[in-house]
Amino acid sequence: MTKDQIKAEIKGVIEPYVMQKELLDNLSDEIQLIGDLKINSAHVVDIVLDIEEKYDITIDDESINKMNTIGEAIEVILEKMKKD
Amino acid sequence: MSLNKRVVITGLGVVAPNATGKDAFEQALREMKSGIAKIPTLSEHNLGCQIAGEPEVSDAYKLSLLPELLNKMLDNHGVIYGCLSGLEAWKDAGLTVDYDKFDPELGIIYGGGALSMDESIGPRFDLVNAGQVRKLGTKTITQSMNSGVSAYLNGMLGAGNRVMSNSSACSTGTEAAIMGYELIKSGKAKRMLCGSSEGKGKYIWGAFDSMRVLCRDSNDNPTFGSRPMSSTSSGFVPGAGGGALVLEELDTALARGARIYAEILGGDVNSGGQRMGGSMTAPNSTAVQACIKNAIKEAGITPESIDLISGHLTSTMADPIELNNWVEALSVPAADFPLVNATKSMIGHCIAGAGSIELVGCALQMHGNFVHGNLNIEELHPEILKIIPAEKIPTATVETNLNIVAKANFGFGDVNSCIILRKFSS
Repeated sequence: MTKDQIKAEIKGVIEPYVMQKELLDNLSDEIQLIGDLKINSAHVVDIVLDIEEKYDITIDDESINKMNTIGEAIEVILEKMKKD
Repeated sequence: MSLNKRVVITGLGVVAPNATGKDAFEQALREMKSGIAKIPTLSEHNLGCQIAGEPEVSDAYKLSLLPELLNKMLDNHGVIYGCLSGLEAWKDAGLTVDYDKFDPELGIIYGGGALSMDESIGPRFDLVNAGQVRKLGTKTITQSMNSGVSAYLNGMLGAGNRVMSNSSACSTGTEAAIMGYELIKSGKAKRMLCGSSEGKGKYIWGAFDSMRVLCRDSNDNPTFGSRPMSSTSSGFVPGAGGGALVLEELDTALARGARIYAEILGGDVNSGGQRMGGSMTAPNSTAVQACIKNAIKEAGITPESIDLISGHLTSTMADPIELNNWVEALSVPAADFPLVNATKSMIGHCIAGAGSIELVGCALQMHGNFVHGNLNIEELHPEILKIIPAEKIPTATVETNLNIVAKANFGFGDVNSCIILRKFSS
């Protein structure tokens, strides 16, 4: 699976948690989940659970802490998919 | 600050076993439609009572009211019914959801009973027992804390006044409305969203079943199970759902041209202290009568002027006791006794949600000029016939001008609430 494919898919995963949908229009790798997309920080936990279910992977706490931007989230997913 | 603001009902929302949405609910009441059905999971789990009133909530109704994220996240039925009824009432009042608005004069009192015994809790306990706590996510606590509905509603409405969640068993709903009425009356708030809900399923209903208070003789004839005031009443049929009312200070409502369903004239909440015949599960009749009398006194009306009693009337052997308390409290000649109806004959006993759903029903009957009939009375209980003329307990819906309604609910713990509504006139 390519980075672009995952990006398109996780856009669907995070979309319900983003109140201002226009913020999703230009989803570059540098976009921050909390800072830029204004996602409630508590909901990062739920997004991680949704991602785990979608890709059948487990994301440990250390990796969650690395998922600040869209690009970093994609990296973590790719890495976990390789391992699992 | 005036301590006697007039308080009116300007919005209604309801998720009931026999209808979802206030228009459908009004029609269901007129048609005396039962919402009781056989529930397969109850027989699979060996409950004695295998029938219940479960609301049917369509995706279209949910999507018309709930924001996308809540529609995805919420799975506790008590919370879903609560949010839907609250949002429906809000929009019915002509108010809008504005995420930029913060209103210090708006409060919320949305109560509940056993929110975390909803059937949605089962899979969560399974996760914990399997050592998978990390999979609970953020929506477990927010849906099982008893303030869950108030908290979710507030995220949408931005209330800055009192945001609370009462819990007084079967008295919860009427109590919530009285608490909201008192805050507006005393000038502490201008608008209150009040209501209550109860979830569904084998955990909560199983607990009642084990107490042997549920109807066990109608598993093959579900719609006949709930029959308040009948000579054959055999226990209550459990139900689920939620109801909500927007209460407003009269001047505020008039200033924005709001539709007014009814005025709240008075109300009382008390307890029998589990003394003098009262206990965890039985009422102290002296206190019940005092509650009714206090509400009438506060409303400044005569007992003769009451047109309808919307009773608690659960379809148990307590129904004759309740009606005797009404007779004693009102002390009017038999000919002047009000009509009596029991919404539970159609929807069962929605426990903590009951008072709110039934109060929404009272406002709809008042506004729509009708008294819904009592379903399933083949023969009135003989003890009731001794004290109330049969024609006061209609078995068919009556079209009539309804000026004053008294509504009461009583709950485990020996707690009582009674509220008086009057048709609004300036």
